[in-house]
Amino acid sequence: MSKQRDLIWLVIIILIIGAAIWLVTSPNFPIQRGLDLQGGLQVLLEADVPADQEIPRDQLDTARQIVSQRVNALGVTEPLVQVEGDRRILVELPGVDNPDQAIALIQETALLEFIDTGTQALPVGTCVRTSLNNGPSRCELPPGADIDTPIANPAPTFETVMTGAELRQAQSERSQTNQYYVSFSLKPEETEFFADYTRQNQGRFLTIVLDKEVISSPRISAVISSGSGTITGNFTLEEAQKLALQLRFGSLPIPLRIESTRLVGATLGEQSVRASIEAGIAGVIMVLLFMIGYYRLPGFLAAIALLIYALLNFAVFEGLPVTLTLPAITGFLLSLGMAVDANVLVFERMKEELARGRNIGESVHSGFQRAWTSIRDSNIATLVICLILWTFGRSFGASAVQGFAVTLAIGVAISMFTAVLITRTLVNLIIGGSANWMAKHRWLLGA
Amino acid sequence: MSMFDNFVQKRRYFYIFSGIVIGLGFLAMIYSYVNRGQIFPLGVDFIGGTRFEIQFTNTVSEEQVRATFTEAGISNPSITALRGQDLNNAWQIRTEYVDANEAHSLQSALEKLAPLVPGTFSVTTVSPAVGQEVTRAALAAVIVSGIVVLFYIMFAFRQVPNSFRYGACAVIAMFHDLFVIFGFAAIMGMISGWEVDALFLTGVLTVAGFSLQDTIVVFDRIRENSARKRSGSFEALVNRSVSETIKRSLITQLSAMFVLLSILLFGGASIKPFIAVLFVGLLSGTYSSIFTAVPLLVSWELGEIPLISRVKTA
Repeated sequence: MSKQRDLIWLVIIILIIGAAIWLVTSPNFPIQRGLDLQGGLQVLLEADVPADQEIPRDQLDTARQIVSQRVNALGVTEPLVQVEGDRRILVELPGVDNPDQAIALIQETALLEFIDTGTQALPVGTCVRTSLNNGPSRCELPPGADIDTPIANPAPTFETVMTGAELRQAQSERSQTNQYYVSFSLKPEETEFFADYTRQNQGRFLTIVLDKEVISSPRISAVISSGSGTITGNFTLEEAQKLALQLRFGSLPIPLRIESTRLVGATLGEQSVRASIEAGIAGVIMVLLFMIGYYRLPGFLAAIALLIYALLNFAVFEGLPVTLTLPAITGFLLSLGMAVDANVLVFERMKEELARGRNIGESVHSGFQRAWTSIRDSNIATLVICLILWTFGRSFGASAVQGFAVTLAIGVAISMFTAVLITRTLVNLIIGGSANWMAKHRWLLGA
Repeated sequence: MSMFDNFVQKRRYFYIFSGIVIGLGFLAMIYSYVNRGQIFPLGVDFIGGTRFEIQFTNTVSEEQVRATFTEAGISNPSITALRGQDLNNAWQIRTEYVDANEAHSLQSALEKLAPLVPGTFSVTTVSPAVGQEVTRAALAAVIVSGIVVLFYIMFAFRQVPNSFRYGACAVIAMFHDLFVIFGFAAIMGMISGWEVDALFLTGVLTVAGFSLQDTIVVFDRIRENSARKRSGSFEALVNRSVSETIKRSLITQLSAMFVLLSILLFGGASIKPFIAVLFVGLLSGTYSSIFTAVPLLVSWELGEIPLISRVKTA
């Protein structure tokens, strides 16, 4: 009965390996190399406001954080985002096959403001100025004009009540009349403020502007105490989705324009990279040889499982894609060293059972069974840590921490799969399937 | 009969040893804090620095640029070539903070390599590449991880009496490892001027992620052996569990360390501090699981821990 189960697993394993080989060799999923290994694209952004207007430091910092989240949504892209001087943000992206798309993503401002327009409803498309970084806006100028162009009839200025940064969640939805709109909920700490505000200003207009352009001008008809509401406008599905996405990832507090884009070379010399990778691979090969020498046949099967581990990990790296930097590669090699752990646990257990005089079939079986509790508990502990790192990284906007958690969790999950399922299937089929023959050649088991 | 028959009885020495190692690290951190206001020297990734952009009229090699900066006393410049339309022989150099005078003398030194294209020498300050939000998120996450994992182990070991103690001891061993690498960073900063960079943060998270694995394997054996209810003291049971798992601990840790050692000895210079931190962290992880977590558990079970144990027996 268990032989049948092993054969089914063997088929599943072969299918997974096949899929991984396809992914690794497919030109659609190239290896993404990091800034240190192959350089990339450098984009210098400058605040798109008149030169004499000072930009508060915290607004620049917020903009940096948001740009960094936009280019690194999963946390595994490894960009470099820095504030330069007092009105610029420097972004370096590894590789980049599609620079225009990357730049467009960085630059989208989507500064959403709720402004107090008193008793006045503003028509959609009206340009305004707001008390948040008060000054002329891009909206008032013809496309492509310099920001310092003098404006004959400046737009009226309104008080900013709230910005998109106060939103906790936003998503696009469709009404019964087939209108697309964006529903949002406020951060818990803003709910009370918004309830008070809507209570005091009932009947007045709270106009919603995106990049200083009116998108809707609703009247406050009721007190909003739940902290959630909707933004309507004449949105298409795409517009509603894009707005919701921008609101979720945060809107830039200042408009940015591209000062320059250039290519940057690799930071690490070819030689340093090659030396490190070769040294790491040599270390891994020594570990594999040790496993084979010490555990004989099971060790050989474990070595095969480890190579499959490497292949699967690489396939996931290319599929996501995870950007490979030199530290990421060494981390991966280290995880190969750690992935022997589950195998060692099982094999040591098998040897113990053999030494107690059990037969081969029993020893193999109880080796896996007994070792399982410690493999399970220790790996779950690491996965719990990954989950917490991921959550914190995400909610504090620390994409690097989030990315670390993603890669570590992938490594742990794949190592459990290879060490437990693949090794067990191979050991069961090969050693368990020839137990009588094995009994006469016990040296093959290292016992 | 094995060499571990008397193992856990020597626990006092293990505590003293850990105390000395961590204590030395703390001294180095205090020293560094008094002198520089940071518990270990922070690099450009954390405090920001200066970015130079230059364009030469002739070809100049990366080594020449690097040599000019290091001769000016700038220890570890990060140099990249810049390419683009009408952009040749252009370089970007990131360094620690450089003041206007130093920048001026650097300009003269660079001009000696080859004439600069007029107006192409720019010096700007850049913010940290690792924002404070990242460091803060990482630290908070590690602390919360400790608490959650404590309860997870308590749950996973619920069949044994006092399973809370297993969780607490494992988590104490994890923080033991983190203190060891913090101390290591401070000591290396003092001795060889190592600066902590973004990779150190990755190292800290890696050590935190793997530290518990070893401890849980030993605890799992204690759990299994105590279920069998053989006669004998708790100390004897623990000694037997350690001696039964020591081989696995050594083989696993040695294989991981072997890979690291190989990269440390033969790999490129740029990641050596990172690999060294991982190496020390893993070493401490193996040590702490056997020589800290297990003895602490025994001390706790035998009522030797001053404040806590008194409450328990009262």
